[in-house]
Amino acid sequence: MTPRIDTTAMDALMVRLFDAIDERNMAWIMAADRALRDAFGDALIDLVPSYTTLLVHYDCQRLGHAAARARTLQALDGLQPADTQSGQLHEIPVWYDESVGPELPRVAQRAGLDVETLIARHCSHDYCVFALGFAPGYGFMGLVDEDLATPRLETPRRKVAAGSVGIADRQTAIYPLLSPGGWNILGRTAVPLFEHARRGEPLLLPGDKVRFKAISRAEFEADGGDTTPLEERP
Amino acid sequence: MSQATTGIVVKQTGPLALVQDAGRFGIRHLGVTQGGAADWISFRWANWLLGNPLDSAALEIVMGGGLTLEVERATRLALAGADLAATLDDVPLTPGTSFSVRAGQRLVFRQPLAGLRAYLAFPGGLDAPQVLGSRACTARERLGGLHDDGQPLIADDRLTWPGEAPAERRLTKGQGTRMPESGCRLSLVPGAQVAHFSGVSLYRAFNLPWQVDNRADRMGVRLTGPALRCSLRGMVSEGIPLGAVQVPADGQPIVLLNDRQTIGGYPRLGALTPSACAALAQCLPGTEVRLAPQSPGQAQEAHLRQLAAWQD
Repeated sequence: MTPRIDTTAMDALMVRLFDAIDERNMAWIMAADRALRDAFGDALIDLVPSYTTLLVHYDCQRLGHAAARARTLQALDGLQPADTQSGQLHEIPVWYDESVGPELPRVAQRAGLDVETLIARHCSHDYCVFALGFAPGYGFMGLVDEDLATPRLETPRRKVAAGSVGIADRQTAIYPLLSPGGWNILGRTAVPLFEHARRGEPLLLPGDKVRFKAISRAEFEADGGDTTPLEERP
Repeated sequence: MSQATTGIVVKQTGPLALVQDAGRFGIRHLGVTQGGAADWISFRWANWLLGNPLDSAALEIVMGGGLTLEVERATRLALAGADLAATLDDVPLTPGTSFSVRAGQRLVFRQPLAGLRAYLAFPGGLDAPQVLGSRACTARERLGGLHDDGQPLIADDRLTWPGEAPAERRLTKGQGTRMPESGCRLSLVPGAQVAHFSGVSLYRAFNLPWQVDNRADRMGVRLTGPALRCSLRGMVSEGIPLGAVQVPADGQPIVLLNDRQTIGGYPRLGALTPSACAALAQCLPGTEVRLAPQSPGQAQEAHLRQLAAWQD
């Protein structure tokens, strides 16, 4: 593990640990996250972990660029991967239905599966949360089985309903709030991801695992889910 | 009406007026954007003129466009940043000043004469709920603002503030902001994927003029000019600092500002300094700008000098 450290702004460094997306990266990313938070303390403004990197935004009133670099190197010296069991496992109930998941047929057809089997396959894997971004509470998860991988829509939708569960390439995610988006939508959950995020307590954190569970329309409605079909959204 | 429920009422909206403060920090890892005043320097001067804490919530007014505010109770306000041909009962207001207003008077912001964003400060800062440590209004995320729904000002919104202006200050020579002019230099700290751009592209990036495109908002400002070529393909998304200059496949850079996404996967030349971001946020479409490389050390020194401007 030899991290590379790049200048990325006047008051920010990029720590590069890996080159490619891999679930096994997360134990190292989480360990580096903790080590950097400890090392920078009050001089840290923001720390943004992603799939292979961590962006360190430090307070340049307290630290110069060279000192920040030295502190980063020191923090990462002798780094050991975090305990991969430390992340939480979340079970997310999803109503998979063409009315709220219009790309069910497209993804199934590409994979050579019927829709029922596709749903079972999407639910059969514990996905790793790689990074948060795009919107408050939005977690990029993966990796989806290779044969289910589906490229983004050529023309993104202007509006994707809150709770929509989608696939893009080998990643899967849930839209926390109504937003534009180009992912292939398979279904919808009633879990209030945005409400958690706006309190500063997002449900999904990097390093967590997510297991989707198929539920019926009645169960989805009982959870307070909105059954308005996706394409009919204003 | 009681003191507590009177203030300043929005009679007519313009293109965009937002409650902003310094922005949200310590939460970027949650996928939450920074937000905050895009021209943070003018925003701070507006607060300074009233003796407010420098990061008190104020209004960021874009373009003007007829935004009309009616005063319900006497107070003192301060204006800084762009000259949007603002008037108080038809008497022109000068950016970089504070002024008193009486009940019944009307403030109107018409069109940009210099710069793009004006900052209107209120005694003690605007009242608005704090969310994730800030009142900054970020529309895409539905966070912050007067009603904590991320929405810009709308007609009948009432602006209120907690107290009296702690001070009445005037700018002296060397204080305040000057709006950027065509040909202005924006300092850029090279970094990130800069090594993957061709030599010709780097020469062009730092020696040829760029035009500010009309595809510009608080998320990012597109620059048009020579196409820049980067050998990197299929980058993995990584954290984006303020001012990051990303270059998508069409070779035309996008400077990412306060409301940018927290992570992204386009190669970058580096990042504009915070002062350069403030200047760019004041550039109207069509303004010519030049990118000037600066080391992190030089950039930091200049930044600390800027921060020292507000120390008594």
